[in-house]
Amino acid sequence: MILVNRETRVLVQGITGREGQFHTQQMLEYGTKVVAGVTPGKGGSEVLGLPVYDTVKEAVAHHAIDASIIFVPAPAAADAALEAAHAGIPLIVLITEGIPTLDMVRAVEEIKALGSRLIGGNCPGIISAEESKIGIMPGHVFKRGKVGLISRSGTLTYEAAAALSQAGIGTTTTVGIGGDPVIGTTFKDLLPLFNEDPETEAVVLIGEIGGSDEEEAAAWIKANMKKPVVGFIGGRSAPKGKRMGHAGAIIMGNVGTPESKLKAFAEAGIPVADTIDEIVELVKKALG
Amino acid sequence: MNLHEYQAKEILARYGVPVPPGKVAYTPDEAKRIAEELGKRVVIKAQVHVGGRGKAGGVKLADTPAEAYEKAQAILGMNIKGLTVKKVLVAEAVDIAKEYYAGLILDRAQKRVVLMLSKEGGVDIEEVAAERPEAIHKFWIDPHKGFRAFEAREMVKQAGLEGNLNKIAQVLVALYRAYEGVDASIAEINPLVVTTDGQIVAADAKIVLDDNALFRHPDLAELREIEAEHPLEVEASNYGFAYVKLQGSIGIIGNGAGLVMYTLDLVNRVGGKPANFLDIGGGAKADVVYNALKVVLKDPDVKGVFLNIFGGITRADEVAKGVIRALEEGLLTKPVVMRVAGTAEEEAKRLLEGKPIYMYPTSIEAAKAIVAMVGGAA
Repeated sequence: MILVNRETRVLVQGITGREGQFHTQQMLEYGTKVVAGVTPGKGGSEVLGLPVYDTVKEAVAHHAIDASIIFVPAPAAADAALEAAHAGIPLIVLITEGIPTLDMVRAVEEIKALGSRLIGGNCPGIISAEESKIGIMPGHVFKRGKVGLISRSGTLTYEAAAALSQAGIGTTTTVGIGGDPVIGTTFKDLLPLFNEDPETEAVVLIGEIGGSDEEEAAAWIKANMKKPVVGFIGGRSAPKGKRMGHAGAIIMGNVGTPESKLKAFAEAGIPVADTIDEIVELVKKALG
Repeated sequence: MNLHEYQAKEILARYGVPVPPGKVAYTPDEAKRIAEELGKRVVIKAQVHVGGRGKAGGVKLADTPAEAYEKAQAILGMNIKGLTVKKVLVAEAVDIAKEYYAGLILDRAQKRVVLMLSKEGGVDIEEVAAERPEAIHKFWIDPHKGFRAFEAREMVKQAGLEGNLNKIAQVLVALYRAYEGVDASIAEINPLVVTTDGQIVAADAKIVLDDNALFRHPDLAELREIEAEHPLEVEASNYGFAYVKLQGSIGIIGNGAGLVMYTLDLVNRVGGKPANFLDIGGGAKADVVYNALKVVLKDPDVKGVFLNIFGGITRADEVAKGVIRALEEGLLTKPVVMRVAGTAEEEAKRLLEGKPIYMYPTSIEAAKAIVAMVGGAA
């Protein structure tokens, strides 16, 4: 298990909005230790019995907080992430979709310099199965087990987790890193954590077309990974130059093609599944 | 969102990049009048959202206003890669001494905007990048410091560009300010021309805007040209769907971009050709599913539909209700195969029992079934 456990104390930024409120309820039901919320202008109120503050600074003055999850609308989302980082929150999960790319370019660099870890944006969040979720995924499909899961997609991750759970293999921690062109944390950043996590026996990496994060991950795996990794690439039949739903799922020129990613995986000795069922089979094989 | 050359040049000029004087014409008469005003040799350039205009005959020189009329008449109405030319840019022709390339694009791996500068302008920069990457010089811009004049001068020297150093550097700084100012995802000057009398001008320009940032540029959002897009893409975007028109015959609907991409891949693998990508997003209710079916089935290429749902936040029974409404209204004129799993799966199956919808337990079985029904690749 990495990043999140049942002790992780969570702040919700944008807690009074429809999405924020709904998912706070879901997280509490899952067992997540949500301690407070922030909505600028709504300080002093309460949501689901949790205190709401105007600023993250006020929230951290009253509570010990390990992580923040952000449901703030796109125009203000990068600012909210920066606010969390400046308040010293070490782990920031940015759910919001549709954030301007240049906002993220600026925020990602600054948040990193402040020493916080940003997951997302445009991501489903993090879940450590049967412990805690800081995200929007349906908790019941994640059974506790052996596999660490990292993915650029949402629904497809739930599919993979459900299949692994049904097969009796289960997951440790699943991280949805997000579908945008610039995200805080990439595959390569999380692999070292899974590599050192005693509970994780294998890693499944669900990539897709666009960018070169899969290629970089493959190079890191080849040089450093002690555990078996199974890969998957979505959008293999997608046409060039067309955005496939995710802002980041686009082949631009020669960058981001499935061929390049499959080649990188092959060179690193990473078996690639063509279907969700094959992910399970390849993991079974890898675990022996 | 893509901008036309003339729109890109207007933006660049606002930020201080010199561009050849010119205006847009919608008729040969207008083109003639603009050429008269300019009083010099002009270039007439088709304004369409597709590359390769020159090769297609969409760019022509004219020495006189009368010739401008003729050339504009030839270009207007021309079909370039499926798009009809409705307007032309009439601009002063430049006397080229040197042609360079300057472009800004997001480098996803470095998470920074990168300036690319090359002595080899006026050609396809992707070809240069593939064949002689050393001919392209790169500088990754600090998002908090911006791009400074001294950095620009150093770049110009490094890339070996000849001509007025300060003027070229000023153009590069202005290009970055424009990129930041309009929230571009691509801003390119190709060629960046040194004229025979030593002037620096952007002879051609391209700007692609970041769709996510259009909310803060309402003036630019208005430049979106509905007629340049596929009508179904316009309709789908009005419903808030991520939709891409593809070339095949099988309509694809799913929840979540990753799942829809996976569904396209599966259909391809078993020999079918998807007609579209359509993501209904998370938490969709019955009416959203109904609207998705409506859009997809409006496509005359569609011979069958594959609806692939993994219930998480989205409830499978809501999806089933949308399908039933479409069925009852007689919308489902083509076979529909469906695979539902996850939240409220059992309720969905109960609702759809006995209905003429083909249900399959797995994505791969559903993919095979729809391909068998509508036939494989045409």
